[in-house]
Amino acid sequence: MTLWITMFAAGLITFAIRYSFIGAGERFTPPPWFTRALRFVPIAALTALVWPDLFIIGGTVKLADPRCLAGLVAVIVIWRTRSVLATIVIGMSTLWLLKLVAGAAS
Amino acid sequence: MNGRLREFGAGLAAVAPLAAGAVPFGLIYGVVAIQAGIAPLLAIAIASIVFAGSAQFMITQLVAAGSPPFVVVTSVLTINLRHALYSAALARALAPLSRPWKVVLAYLLTDEAYAAAYHRFTDDERSATRHWFLLGCGLGLWLAWQIACVVGVTLGGTIPATWSLDFAATLTFIAIVVPLLVDRAALAAMLAAGITAVALHQLPYKLAIIAAALAGIGAGVALDRSPSGKVPE
Repeated sequence: MTLWITMFAAGLITFAIRYSFIGAGERFTPPPWFTRALRFVPIAALTALVWPDLFIIGGTVKLADPRCLAGLVAVIVIWRTRSVLATIVIGMSTLWLLKLVAGAAS
Repeated sequence: MNGRLREFGAGLAAVAPLAAGAVPFGLIYGVVAIQAGIAPLLAIAIASIVFAGSAQFMITQLVAAGSPPFVVVTSVLTINLRHALYSAALARALAPLSRPWKVVLAYLLTDEAYAAAYHRFTDDERSATRHWFLLGCGLGLWLAWQIACVVGVTLGGTIPATWSLDFAATLTFIAIVVPLLVDRAALAAMLAAGITAVALHQLPYKLAIIAAALAGIGAGVALDRSPSGKVPE
């Protein structure tokens, strides 16, 4: 039940963000500092999710785990191709392959 | 033909490729949500209550980690804040509309709908019915997303966790972030957020996510030398 309420709160917040300036109409435009800061929001928020998933395996920092290496491959793929789909396909394949190799080696 | 219907249809057509691209993510969200222990009905409801792909993936991670409501809601706020830019960019064009119209169009304002509709709102032709175009974009994406999420939830239990499908969310985030790293300020934002998130990962309830996001935004703003206030494309 708590989870349901949490999700409605999250939904309401999301709607409030999307409605903000549309609802205010022409009464005010965002100040420049605000739009400047917003540019960094997706970068910072998504990186905050990505790095722990790549570098923290089982509660400790690891730098040569399959996830970390597959993530590195993904960075190269998106940088060279700009294709989200290619990044996911190659990234997932790399992860599966590395896990297979790691499993065979241990 | 009716002008409104034509605009609506053109909106649907404009968003179709983006909606098709969102389908795999909806499928994976459904699977991962079930694996995170979210009840099927709630997992499906989240897709229309929150209706934001990256936020939905983040929610599955946070729920799996046992984060308290405050952290979940604050994290969703942080990650969805970018939609305020879209809202600001469309505000003037939508100002003449009634409140119900604004509410519906704001609810449907996703990355994809904005990307598909943006050019219709900046071209020279100022038709009085172009909000129907945005409605077509928004509803088209909404429908594709809901179907994909429901199918994903249905498949959820049958996909083994050893497939590590949750990693697809991380890969998607990488694919979003890397093209945004266009200058030193953006790079600093990424490094500050990443290092903070890893350094503080032992904080309870994934509080490190919020701390890292703030550190990243702070670092970016501190080093920002770009001209101010561009409308996103």
